[in-house]
Formats: sequence, structure tokens, C-alpha cells
Amino acid sequence: MTPTLTPVRKRSALTKGQLPKFAPYVVLAIALVLGAAILALIGFNAFGWGIVSAILFAAGLVGWSAAVEGSRKAKDKLATCLVVGSFLVALLPLISVIWTVMVNGIPGIITPRFLTTSMNGVTGVFDNRAAEEGSPVLGGIYHALLGTLEITLLATVISVPVGLLTAVYLVEYGHDRPIARAITFFVDVMTGIPSIVAGLFAAAFFFAVVGPGTKTGAVAAVALSVLMIPVVVRSSEEMLKIVPNELREASYALGVRKWRTILKVVIPTAISGIASGVTLAIARVIGETAPILVTAGFATSINNNVFSGWMASLPTFIYTQILNPTSPSNPDPSNQRAWGAALVLIVLVMLLNLGARLIARVFAPKTGR
Amino acid sequence: MSKRIDVKDLNVYYGNFLAVEDVSINIEAKSVTAFIGPSGCGKSTFLRTINRMHEVLPGARVEGEVLLDGDNLYGPGVDPVTVRSQIGMVFQRPNPFPTMSIRDNVLAGVKLNNQKISKGEADALVERSLQGANLWNEVKDRLDKPGSGLSGGQQQRLCIARAIAVEPQVILMDEPCSALDPISTLAIEDLINDLKDQYTVVIVTHNMQQAARVSDRTAFFNIAGTGKPGKLIEVGDTHTIFSNPTQKATEDYVSGRFG
Repeated sequence: MTPTLTPVRKRSALTKGQLPKFAPYVVLAIALVLGAAILALIGFNAFGWGIVSAILFAAGLVGWSAAVEGSRKAKDKLATCLVVGSFLVALLPLISVIWTVMVNGIPGIITPRFLTTSMNGVTGVFDNRAAEEGSPVLGGIYHALLGTLEITLLATVISVPVGLLTAVYLVEYGHDRPIARAITFFVDVMTGIPSIVAGLFAAAFFFAVVGPGTKTGAVAAVALSVLMIPVVVRSSEEMLKIVPNELREASYALGVRKWRTILKVVIPTAISGIASGVTLAIARVIGETAPILVTAGFATSINNNVFSGWMASLPTFIYTQILNPTSPSNPDPSNQRAWGAALVLIVLVMLLNLGARLIARVFAPKTGR
Repeated sequence: MSKRIDVKDLNVYYGNFLAVEDVSINIEAKSVTAFIGPSGCGKSTFLRTINRMHEVLPGARVEGEVLLDGDNLYGPGVDPVTVRSQIGMVFQRPNPFPTMSIRDNVLAGVKLNNQKISKGEADALVERSLQGANLWNEVKDRLDKPGSGLSGGQQQRLCIARAIAVEPQVILMDEPCSALDPISTLAIEDLINDLKDQYTVVIVTHNMQQAARVSDRTAFFNIAGTGKPGKLIEVGDTHTIFSNPTQKATEDYVSGRFG
């Protein structure tokens, strides 16, 4: 056998006909410059610049690729451009919302005693003074934060047992019976109920049972649980379904009764998914405005008792502050408070989502040695 | 601590479909009985009727009698939970509880039933059961680690330990080695040999060599065709079934002419 010499070449035959690595950056730079030039002709604005540059970039890169690399690679580049473009479009409103709320909300939050005082006694006089003389904005969201937390907690306390037990029935006992199918159908219908309808239902229910004009935090909690229950049922059902049947059988084979098997094997195995589903359901209802307005009204002072009296909450606080500023002639202090409350609400939802992940990790079935 | 099982004229149904027809068999106490036969012939289905696990599936039912030392498991008023605590089962795929440690897996039968047990008794039970399953030396230093971290063969022995911790009369094994490598299989087979000193063991297997190695008696099941019920063709001493069966079908199967 004679050793064959490998021909020394500058580029591998296998990488022939490829765009150089820096190609996208070159095209991007050209697209940005060209985009700016075109926009300059018709009047420059940043949004248009982004759109035009993106189109130019996609067209340039795909065209170049088609010329050098052939149609298959060009199609691949086009698909990549579309996927990344859609992702950016989807991300845009999210970042914009967070940015706007941060910018407008931070002045509200850093106002002294914003989180620890209510709006009790804060009148337009103070707001006029704050706007005209630059004194600190008085009043805070303590009552609304308290109301939101209490109402949501009560709604959770109502929804989780009902929702979880319904899911247990559907998965463990339903066996696709007519009643189980009916429950699944109505749960799906409930998922689509507009939130105001849930509010009206709770209001009408309590008017009928307790008496006309009953507006308390508890009524709002019932309205919210009408919205929460289907979400909890659906997520818990999915989680219980993916518990392997083998675990149930293993438990039965040890002479364990069905209800104990469900309580001690099935639910603990699924608990991480159930807990994060519940947390997401809470995040879903914590920002509801309409059902709370018709069921709990709104208040400017602290009300600790969910079972009596009108109650404020963050969404209704934002709504009333924007729509009926405390001082109609100087709405800026009210706007500032509303944005601050909005930021607090977003932070709450974010904490809940983080909490859901944490719970999922803590409860997840352990692996590893 | 072991009981014999006598099955009389048992028909097993899934809904209206007759899956196993007219089985009568006597299973001796303190022996290993193997069920062999082609896939889908109803061996596992029949095995699951012996501890009333069959009826866990929707629509599944049984006609006939299964006597555990003379008591009919399917008699009126018999609680399937009582039956299952006397007749344990090991499944095809190892299925330790993923939320529990090795120790808790062994104690599952006690703890899930909320029986009170002192820590000393629990420790003794864990050690005894794991010793019984030939697993103690491998896991004694990590009893608090999750059971799902063990190898497949270790998990299956953990499941056997879990089954013997409730001190059953009979242990049913549904292809316990089909998901395991040869070394783990050997460990389980050795274990089965030890278990028959104390328990009545019934094992379903696809592996005829395994049946020949571990069992005292062998039952051959067969099916006439798809959609037809499985039947017990022949039962006898393992040696006889493999060397001198009375039925042509059995001879064809054990000699490898079909199946």
C-alpha cells in the first residue's frame, strides 16, 4: 500500500459554495444604512426604519444566498428570517408594556409610604398642592393591595378544592361516563365565560341569597373563583392524566385502597404540575377588573374584612384613579398612583410565575442517585 | 405463611370479549409455577385475576372461582383490597414510587395504609425485606435517596422488596425480567428460588429457559387465533412439560417450532 497524498487546498471541497460567516452582518449593516436613507426621503421614524431594514435584510440575505448557495439554502435563510422576525414582533409589545409601566410606575412606587398608606382622607386639595407646589404625592395603594391579596386568596381557597376534586373525579372515577363528559364540556364552556359575566353572576347570586346591594370582597372572590375553577380543573386534569397507571396498579397491588392511592400516590406524583397550574390560574385572575367592580365596588380606605363592606383592589384602583382622578383639574398625581399600582400588579404576577416554577421544582419527583 | 390456589372453570372478560376461557389449575403452596405461551394468549390477564387486579380496568370481569386455601376470592362480599394484601404482585416494568425514597418505597404497603409502625420496627422491616430481595447490601448506605435513581434491575428488586414487605401469602410476577439485562435477570431468578421457601410464587415469562430454570411446575397457554380466547393447554411438572408433553401444541411451542 502506498500512502496517498492529500491534496492541499485552500478551501475544503465540502464547504464549497457557502456564504462567508460574516455575510449576515454585512447585509444587516447595508440594510440599516439603506433603510435610513429611504426613510430620510419620506420622513424618518424609528419604527419605520426597523420595518424597512428588516425587509431589506431578509431580501438581501435570501437573494445573495440564492445566487451563491442555491435555492435550498436560500429557502432555509428565508424561513429563518421569518421565524426570527415573528419572534421579534411577538416580543415587541411585551417589552414595550414592561418598559412603559416601569418608566411611569417607578416614580409612583418610590413615593414615600406609597405601599403603606391608603387613599383615606386624600382629597383633590392635596393633589393640587402636589402638582402646583411640587410637594410629595400623598396617598397609596395599601388598601388596594390588601384587597387584591385577600380577595385572590379567598378565591384560591374556594377554587382549588373544587377544581382539584373535579379533576380527580374526571380522571379517576369518570371513565368517560356521560356525566364526566358533561362536566368536561361545561368546564370548557366556563373557560370561555367573559369575566364580567362571572361578576354579574356572583353579584346576582348574592343579591338573591343575602340581599340586594351585597357588595363585599367575598362576592368578588366568588366571581373570581368562577373564572379560576375551569383553569384549575383543566390543568389538574392534565397533570393527573400523565401519572403512569403503573403507579396506581403498584399501589393497588400492595392492598392500598383507591382513595388512599389517589391521596398518597397519584396527587403527590402530580403535585408539582398541579401547584404551578394553580399559581398560573391565580395570575390569570389577579388582574381582573370588571368582575370586582360589580361585586366589591371600590373603597378609598382600608377594609380588612372580606365579608363586609366594599373593598378596593389594584385593578379597580387603577381604573378609578385614571377615570375619576382625585383632583379633576390636576390628574397627574392620580396617574402616577395608577401607574405605580400597575407596576405593583405586574410584579405580583411575575412573583407568582416565579413561585410556580419554584414550586414545580421543589415538588418534582426526585431523580438522581 | 403461604397458601395454595385452586382455580375452577374461570372465564375472563374485557367487556363482552372473552379473553381467557375455562381455566382450571391448581397451584401448590411453596412452589414456583410458570405460565408460558405466545404473546396475547392471556397469561398476564389470567395472572391479574388471581389477585383481583384484572377488574381495575374498566369493563373487565370474571366468571368462575379462584380459591385461596379454599376461600373463593370472587365470593360475594369479598373485599378486593384484602385479597391484594394477601397476594402481592410484581409488574413487567419496575415501578417504584417516584416521590418516595428507597426506604419509603419498601414501607409503602404499611405507610400508604396508615398503619402505625415504630421506627425500630420500620427499620427492621426495611432491612428484612431488602435482604429478602437481595438488595440490602447495594442500597443500605442510601436508603433515603429516591428509588428511581437505581438501575433497572435494582428497581425491580426494590419492587419485590416492596411486595414482600406486606408479607403476602402468594407473589405474582408478570414478566419480571423482560425489561432487564442477563445479570439482573440472574439476580431475580436466584431471588425467586429463595422466595419459594416462604411464598407461593407464580411467574409469567416469555423466556422458556427461564421457566425451565426457576419453576417447579409449568402451565402452557395458547390462543387459536386473533379474537379467539386464550386457553390453558397443559399444566404439569416443568420437567415433563419440557421433555415429554402430552399435547402436540405444547411440544411445538417448547421445541421452538412456533411462537
